[in-house]
Amino acid sequence: MIALQFLAVCLAGGLGAALRFTVDVAIRQRSTGSYPLGTMIVNVSGSLVLGLLIGLVLGGVLSHGWQLIIGTGMMGGYTTFSTASYETLRLLEDRRWWAAAINGIGMLVLCTAAAAGGYALGVWL
Amino acid sequence: MTEEIPAAAGSELDGDRDTRPAPADQPDGHGNRDGDGDREREIDSRTRPAHVSLANVALVAAGGAVGTALRYGLTLVLPPRLGVPVAIAAVNILGAILLGLLLEVLVEGGIDEGRRRRLRLGIGTGILGGFTTYSTLATDNVALALTHPAVAVAYGLGTVIIGAAASLAGIALAGRALRPAVRSRSVRP
Repeated sequence: MIALQFLAVCLAGGLGAALRFTVDVAIRQRSTGSYPLGTMIVNVSGSLVLGLLIGLVLGGVLSHGWQLIIGTGMMGGYTTFSTASYETLRLLEDRRWWAAAINGIGMLVLCTAAAAGGYALGVWL
Repeated sequence: MTEEIPAAAGSELDGDRDTRPAPADQPDGHGNRDGDGDREREIDSRTRPAHVSLANVALVAAGGAVGTALRYGLTLVLPPRLGVPVAIAAVNILGAILLGLLLEVLVEGGIDEGRRRRLRLGIGTGILGGFTTYSTLATDNVALALTHPAVAVAYGLGTVIIGAAASLAGIALAGRALRPAVRSRSVRP
Protein backbone atom coordinates (compact mmCIF):
# COMPACT_ATOMS: atom_id res chain seq x y z
CA MET A 1 0.00 0.00 0.00
CA ILE A 2 2.81 2.38 0.93
CA ALA A 3 4.77 1.28 -2.14
CA LEU A 4 1.71 1.80 -4.33
CA GLN A 5 1.20 5.27 -2.88
CA PHE A 6 4.87 6.14 -3.50
CA LEU A 7 4.52 4.97 -7.11
CA ALA A 8 1.35 7.05 -7.56
CA VAL A 9 3.13 10.16 -6.23
CA CYS A 10 6.02 9.62 -8.68
CA LEU A 11 3.74 9.05 -11.69
CA ALA A 12 1.77 12.17 -10.77
CA GLY A 13 5.09 14.04 -10.59
CA GLY A 14 5.86 12.90 -14.13
CA LEU A 15 2.45 14.18 -15.29
CA GLY A 16 3.10 17.49 -13.55
CA ALA A 17 6.51 17.87 -15.24
CA ALA A 18 4.95 17.13 -18.65
CA LEU A 19 2.26 19.74 -17.95
CA ARG A 20 4.93 22.30 -16.97
CA PHE A 21 6.84 21.63 -20.20
CA THR A 22 3.70 22.01 -22.32
CA VAL A 23 2.52 25.19 -20.56
CA ASP A 24 6.02 26.75 -20.64
CA VAL A 25 6.49 26.12 -24.37
CA ALA A 26 2.99 27.45 -25.13
CA ILE A 27 3.73 30.66 -23.19
CA ARG A 28 7.16 31.09 -24.82
CA GLN A 29 5.60 30.81 -28.25
CA ARG A 30 3.05 33.51 -27.39
CA SER A 31 5.14 35.99 -25.41
CA THR A 32 7.10 38.62 -27.29
CA GLY A 33 9.47 39.76 -24.53
CA SER A 34 12.49 37.86 -23.23
CA TYR A 35 11.25 37.72 -19.63
CA PRO A 36 10.81 34.04 -18.61
CA LEU A 37 7.07 34.34 -17.98
CA GLY A 38 6.38 30.59 -18.30
CA THR A 39 8.12 29.58 -15.05
CA MET A 40 6.41 32.44 -13.19
CA ILE A 41 2.92 31.40 -14.36
CA VAL A 42 3.62 27.72 -13.66
CA ASN A 43 4.91 28.38 -10.14
CA VAL A 44 2.17 30.83 -9.14
CA SER A 45 -0.62 28.59 -10.47
CA GLY A 46 0.94 25.48 -8.89
CA SER A 47 1.28 27.23 -5.52
CA LEU A 48 -2.39 28.28 -5.71
CA VAL A 49 -3.50 24.70 -6.41
CA LEU A 50 -1.32 23.22 -3.63
CA GLY A 51 -2.62 25.81 -1.15
CA LEU A 52 -6.19 25.01 -2.22
CA LEU A 53 -5.58 21.25 -1.81
CA ILE A 54 -4.14 21.66 1.69
CA GLY A 55 -7.11 23.84 2.63
CA LEU A 56 -9.57 21.27 1.26
CA VAL A 57 -7.82 18.45 3.15
CA LEU A 58 -7.81 20.43 6.40
CA GLY A 59 -11.46 21.30 5.81
CA GLY A 60 -12.24 17.59 5.53
CA VAL A 61 -13.37 17.77 1.89
CA LEU A 62 -10.50 15.63 0.55
CA SER A 63 -8.48 12.82 2.13
CA HIS A 64 -4.75 13.16 2.84
CA GLY A 65 -3.96 10.79 -0.03
CA TRP A 66 -5.07 13.45 -2.52
CA GLN A 67 -2.70 15.96 -0.98
CA LEU A 68 0.14 13.47 -1.48
CA ILE A 69 -0.68 12.47 -5.05
CA ILE A 70 -1.95 15.76 -6.51
CA GLY A 71 0.02 18.04 -4.16
CA THR A 72 3.41 16.45 -3.42
CA GLY A 73 3.37 14.52 -6.70
CA MET A 74 1.70 16.49 -9.45
CA MET A 75 2.11 20.08 -8.19
CA GLY A 76 5.61 19.25 -6.92
CA GLY A 77 6.56 18.04 -10.39
CA TYR A 78 4.68 20.88 -12.10
CA THR A 79 6.36 23.71 -10.19
CA THR A 80 10.12 24.10 -10.23
CA PHE A 81 12.77 25.94 -8.29
CA SER A 82 15.89 25.06 -10.27
CA THR A 83 14.76 26.73 -13.51
CA ALA A 84 13.48 29.78 -11.60
CA SER A 85 16.90 30.20 -9.92
CA TYR A 86 18.75 29.72 -13.18
CA GLU A 87 16.59 32.30 -14.96
CA THR A 88 17.03 34.79 -12.11
CA LEU A 89 20.80 34.38 -12.40
CA ARG A 90 20.66 34.92 -16.18
CA LEU A 91 18.64 38.14 -15.65
CA LEU A 92 21.24 39.30 -13.09
CA GLU A 93 24.04 38.54 -15.55
CA ASP A 94 22.22 40.60 -18.20
CA ARG A 95 21.98 43.44 -15.62
CA ARG A 96 18.20 43.42 -15.84
CA TRP A 97 17.89 44.21 -12.13
CA TRP A 98 14.13 44.77 -11.98
CA ALA A 99 13.35 41.64 -13.97
CA ALA A 100 15.74 39.65 -11.73
CA ALA A 101 14.11 41.05 -8.57
CA ILE A 102 10.66 40.16 -9.90
CA ASN A 103 11.80 36.66 -10.84
CA GLY A 104 13.45 36.17 -7.44
CA ILE A 105 11.65 38.08 -4.68
CA GLY A 106 8.52 38.86 -6.72
CA MET A 107 7.96 35.19 -7.51
CA LEU A 108 8.41 34.27 -3.85
CA VAL A 109 5.87 36.90 -2.75
CA LEU A 110 3.37 36.02 -5.51
CA CYS A 111 3.62 32.26 -4.94
CA THR A 112 3.28 32.65 -1.16
CA ALA A 113 0.27 34.94 -1.66
CA ALA A 114 -1.27 32.49 -4.17
CA ALA A 115 -0.73 29.59 -1.73
CA ALA A 116 -2.30 31.60 1.12
CA GLY A 117 -5.27 32.56 -1.09
CA GLY A 118 -5.75 28.97 -2.23
CA TYR A 119 -5.52 27.74 1.34
CA ALA A 120 -8.07 30.29 2.58
CA LEU A 121 -10.42 29.35 -0.28
CA GLY A 122 -10.00 25.63 0.46
CA VAL A 123 -10.77 26.03 4.15
CA TRP A 124 -13.75 28.25 3.34
CA LEU A 125 -15.16 25.71 0.87
CA MET B 1 8.91 47.26 -0.49
CA THR B 2 8.65 43.89 -2.16
CA GLU B 3 4.96 44.44 -2.83
CA GLU B 4 5.84 47.43 -5.01
CA ILE B 5 7.99 45.40 -7.36
CA PRO B 6 5.24 43.61 -9.31
CA ALA B 7 3.41 46.91 -9.78
CA ALA B 8 6.51 48.52 -11.26
CA ALA B 9 7.24 45.44 -13.37
CA GLY B 10 5.50 46.27 -16.61
CA SER B 11 6.88 49.72 -17.16
CA GLU B 12 10.36 48.80 -16.04
CA LEU B 13 10.48 45.76 -18.28
CA ASP B 14 9.20 47.75 -21.21
CA GLY B 15 11.76 50.44 -20.60
CA ASP B 16 14.46 47.82 -20.37
CA ARG B 17 13.44 46.29 -23.66
CA ASP B 18 13.37 49.67 -25.41
CA THR B 19 17.08 50.16 -24.81
CA ARG B 20 17.88 47.07 -26.85
CA PRO B 21 17.30 46.21 -30.49
CA ALA B 22 13.66 45.16 -30.87
CA PRO B 23 13.50 41.36 -30.54
CA ALA B 24 10.72 41.25 -33.13
CA ASP B 25 13.19 42.45 -35.78
CA GLN B 26 15.25 39.32 -35.34
CA PRO B 27 14.38 36.07 -37.13
CA ASP B 28 13.62 33.90 -34.09
CA GLY B 29 12.56 36.76 -31.89
CA HIS B 30 15.97 36.75 -30.22
CA GLY B 31 17.77 40.07 -30.24
CA ASN B 32 21.51 40.31 -30.46
CA ARG B 33 21.98 41.76 -27.01
CA ASP B 34 25.62 42.68 -26.93
CA GLY B 35 26.89 42.25 -30.44
CA ASP B 36 28.79 39.10 -29.53
CA GLY B 37 27.86 36.23 -31.82
CA ASP B 38 28.85 33.48 -29.37
CA ARG B 39 26.91 35.08 -26.59
CA GLU B 40 23.88 35.43 -28.80
CA ARG B 41 24.01 31.80 -29.80
CA GLU B 42 24.33 30.85 -26.12
CA ILE B 43 21.25 32.81 -25.14
CA ASP B 44 19.40 31.48 -28.16
CA SER B 45 20.12 27.84 -27.37
CA ARG B 46 19.06 28.32 -23.78
CA THR B 47 15.80 30.07 -24.45
CA ARG B 48 14.51 28.62 -27.70
CA PRO B 49 11.49 26.49 -26.82
CA ALA B 50 11.63 22.80 -27.65
CA HIS B 51 9.05 21.24 -29.91
CA VAL B 52 6.19 19.69 -27.93
CA SER B 53 6.36 16.25 -29.56
CA LEU B 54 5.05 13.12 -27.89
CA ALA B 55 8.63 11.88 -27.50
CA ASN B 56 9.73 15.11 -25.78
CA VAL B 57 6.71 15.14 -23.46
CA ALA B 58 7.33 11.47 -22.57
CA LEU B 59 11.00 12.22 -21.89
CA VAL B 60 10.09 15.10 -19.55
CA ALA B 61 7.41 12.99 -17.83
CA ALA B 62 9.81 10.07 -17.23
CA GLY B 63 12.43 12.44 -15.82
CA GLY B 64 9.80 14.20 -13.73
CA ALA B 65 8.72 10.89 -12.17
CA VAL B 66 12.34 10.10 -11.24
CA GLY B 67 12.91 13.59 -9.82
CA THR B 68 9.67 13.39 -7.81
CA ALA B 69 10.72 9.98 -6.41
CA LEU B 70 14.05 11.45 -5.25
CA ARG B 71 12.37 14.51 -3.70
CA TYR B 72 9.58 12.56 -1.99
CA GLY B 73 12.04 9.94 -0.76
CA LEU B 74 14.27 12.60 0.76
CA THR B 75 11.36 14.32 2.55
CA LEU B 76 10.45 10.93 4.10
CA VAL B 77 13.94 10.35 5.52
CA LEU B 78 14.64 14.00 6.42
CA PRO B 79 11.72 15.47 8.41
CA PRO B 80 11.44 19.24 9.13
CA ARG B 81 13.74 20.57 11.87
CA LEU B 82 12.23 23.20 14.20
CA GLY B 83 9.47 23.77 11.66
CA VAL B 84 11.91 24.44 8.82
CA PRO B 85 11.50 22.04 5.86
CA VAL B 86 15.20 21.19 5.54
CA ALA B 87 14.64 18.42 2.95
CA ILE B 88 12.86 20.79 0.53
CA ALA B 89 15.51 23.48 1.08
CA ALA B 90 18.28 20.94 0.39
CA VAL B 91 16.46 19.58 -2.67
CA ASN B 92 15.97 23.05 -4.15
CA ILE B 93 19.55 24.21 -3.57
CA LEU B 94 21.06 20.95 -4.83
CA GLY B 95 18.75 21.00 -7.88
CA ALA B 96 19.75 24.60 -8.68
CA ILE B 97 23.47 23.66 -8.57
CA LEU B 98 22.93 20.62 -10.79
CA LEU B 99 20.79 22.52 -13.33
CA GLY B 100 23.44 25.26 -13.63
CA LEU B 101 26.09 22.56 -14.10
CA LEU B 102 24.05 20.63 -16.67
CA LEU B 103 23.00 23.62 -18.78
CA GLU B 104 26.55 25.02 -18.85
CA VAL B 105 28.02 21.67 -19.90
CA LEU B 106 25.37 21.33 -22.63
CA VAL B 107 25.85 24.91 -23.89
CA GLU B 108 29.61 24.42 -24.03
CA GLY B 109 29.06 21.21 -25.97
CA GLY B 110 27.27 22.93 -28.84
CA ILE B 111 23.85 24.02 -30.02
CA ASP B 112 20.68 22.72 -28.38
CA GLU B 113 19.57 19.86 -30.64
CA GLY B 114 19.66 16.10 -30.95
CA ARG B 115 21.21 14.31 -27.99
CA ARG B 116 22.02 17.54 -26.13
CA ARG B 117 18.39 18.64 -26.30
CA ARG B 118 17.20 15.22 -25.12
CA LEU B 119 19.61 15.43 -22.16
CA ARG B 120 18.39 18.95 -21.35
CA LEU B 121 14.74 17.87 -21.48
CA GLY B 122 15.17 14.54 -19.69
CA ILE B 123 17.60 15.58 -16.95
CA GLY B 124 17.03 19.35 -16.74
CA THR B 125 13.32 19.92 -17.41
CA GLY B 126 12.35 16.40 -16.26
CA ILE B 127 14.49 15.09 -13.39
CA LEU B 128 15.72 18.40 -11.89
CA GLY B 129 12.44 20.19 -12.64
CA GLY B 130 10.50 17.42 -10.87
CA PHE B 131 13.10 17.14 -8.09
CA THR B 132 12.91 20.81 -7.15
CA THR B 133 9.60 22.46 -6.26
CA TYR B 134 8.15 25.89 -5.70
CA SER B 135 4.63 25.03 -4.57
CA THR B 136 5.85 23.35 -1.37
CA LEU B 137 8.21 26.26 -0.74
CA ALA B 138 5.20 28.60 -1.01
CA THR B 139 2.83 26.58 1.20
CA ASP B 140 5.54 25.88 3.80
CA ASN B 141 6.23 29.60 3.79
CA VAL B 142 2.53 30.33 4.51
CA ALA B 143 2.54 27.80 7.37
CA LEU B 144 5.75 29.31 8.79
CA ALA B 145 4.43 32.86 8.41
CA LEU B 146 1.43 31.99 10.59
CA THR B 147 3.63 30.81 13.46
CA HIS B 148 7.11 32.32 13.00
CA PRO B 149 6.95 35.26 10.53
CA ALA B 150 10.67 36.06 10.84
CA VAL B 151 11.61 32.44 10.11
CA ALA B 152 9.28 32.49 7.07
CA VAL B 153 11.02 35.56 5.64
CA ALA B 154 14.46 34.07 6.33
CA TYR B 155 13.48 30.70 4.82
CA GLY B 156 11.89 32.20 1.70
CA LEU B 157 14.47 34.89 0.97
CA GLY B 158 17.32 32.58 2.00
CA THR B 159 16.20 29.86 -0.41
CA VAL B 160 15.77 32.32 -3.31
CA ILE B 161 19.13 34.06 -2.78
CA ILE B 162 21.09 30.85 -2.11
CA GLY B 163 19.28 29.33 -5.13
CA ALA B 164 20.63 31.99 -7.49
CA ALA B 165 24.10 31.59 -5.95
CA ALA B 166 23.76 27.81 -6.35
CA SER B 167 23.01 28.20 -10.08
CA LEU B 168 26.14 30.33 -10.39
CA ALA B 169 28.13 27.72 -8.45
CA GLY B 170 26.90 24.99 -10.81
CA ILE B 171 27.93 27.05 -13.85
CA ALA B 172 31.34 27.72 -12.29
CA LEU B 173 31.78 24.01 -11.52
CA ALA B 174 31.07 23.19 -15.16
CA GLY B 175 33.57 25.85 -16.23
CA ARG B 176 36.27 24.36 -14.01
CA ALA B 177 35.61 20.87 -15.29
CA LEU B 178 35.55 21.90 -18.95
CA ARG B 179 38.15 24.66 -19.15
CA PRO B 180 41.02 24.26 -16.69
CA ALA B 181 43.12 26.73 -18.72
CA VAL B 182 40.52 29.47 -18.47
CA ARG B 183 40.14 28.88 -14.75
CA SER B 184 43.76 29.71 -13.95
CA ARG B 185 43.41 32.93 -15.92
CA SER B 186 40.02 34.30 -14.91
CA VAL B 187 38.86 32.74 -11.63
CA ARG B 188 41.91 33.64 -9.59
CA PRO B 189 40.86 34.81 -6.11
